[in-house]
Amino acid sequence: MNAPQSFNSDTWTVAGRTFTSRLIVGTGKYKSFEENAAAVEASGAEIVTVAVRRVNISDPGQPKLTDFIDPNKITYLPNTAGCFTAEDAIRTLRLAREAGGWNLVKLEVLGEAKTLYPDMRETLRATETLVKEGFEPMVYCVDDPIAAKQLEEAGAVAIMPLGAPIGSGLGIQNLVTIRLIVEGAGVPVLVDAGVGTASDAAVAMELGCDGVLMNTAIAEAKEPVLMARAMKGAVEAGRLAYLAGRMQKRRYADPSSPLAGLI
Amino acid sequence: MSLDDNLSVRVNGEDRQVPGGSSVAAMVSLLGLDPKRVAVERNLEVIPRSLLATVSVEDGDAYEIVHFVGGG
Repeated sequence: MNAPQSFNSDTWTVAGRTFTSRLIVGTGKYKSFEENAAAVEASGAEIVTVAVRRVNISDPGQPKLTDFIDPNKITYLPNTAGCFTAEDAIRTLRLAREAGGWNLVKLEVLGEAKTLYPDMRETLRATETLVKEGFEPMVYCVDDPIAAKQLEEAGAVAIMPLGAPIGSGLGIQNLVTIRLIVEGAGVPVLVDAGVGTASDAAVAMELGCDGVLMNTAIAEAKEPVLMARAMKGAVEAGRLAYLAGRMQKRRYADPSSPLAGLI
Repeated sequence: MSLDDNLSVRVNGEDRQVPGGSSVAAMVSLLGLDPKRVAVERNLEVIPRSLLATVSVEDGDAYEIVHFVGGG
């Protein structure tokens, strides 16, 4: 077979770490740790996002995420969800680095609660500081090709534009800007936020994204484990379609059966 | 310092008493937590895990003790 990549060797690399799965899943909003762990398993994800929060010192014996999803088997990607300033995000990630010992982190600095849109001024500032401190930030950002370039220049190890607002499930709203970001980027691009169902994930991958990050689309499905499996299939199908190179669109019909030899 | 040699500190926004002379690791254990599974910030500075047993708790310290939870 002349295909440039066999199905099995199609990996992607971020900050020197190579992964086979192109699906990153969140660990929020699940009904139970058991369901969460089963969904991660069904998704095939090798990376999960996690949040950094205060330990409940009034009830220290509560079950912990690490009891259900083994950080030695699945890469934990600590996030800065809930941070609205560069300082808060940096403080959170300094603690995350100490808690986990990992430099690979997900930076998000939000602008407002209503839309959870990224504040790009703060995001860029935080990226610069984190890179100086030795972090390898994968950065949640607006779907703006120029902002994406600026983040990459600042040292972001991956660009993660939103497809639609966090938790909205609206699907990818601007195919053009996501494609422009992919074309211009020298680091991996992952759509982060906005995926609602399997076809949305396939669309992101068909645009040439290196991966997709999602949480709510799986966690709030009626059957999260089944949706996790669907997302695994969608990401793989979208990736294969991108590699295969889709046909050109035509304005009118073009018969698939030969016209010669008609009786 | 209070009269009974206890230290008054704030941990995750709550007032707590810690025996005088405690290390941060001892305080974390006293709270029922495994020092190897949390990260500790003392007065806005992260304490490297390797130093938790050697840094002493001081009266009036403010601590944040965090771990990983589910998130997107």
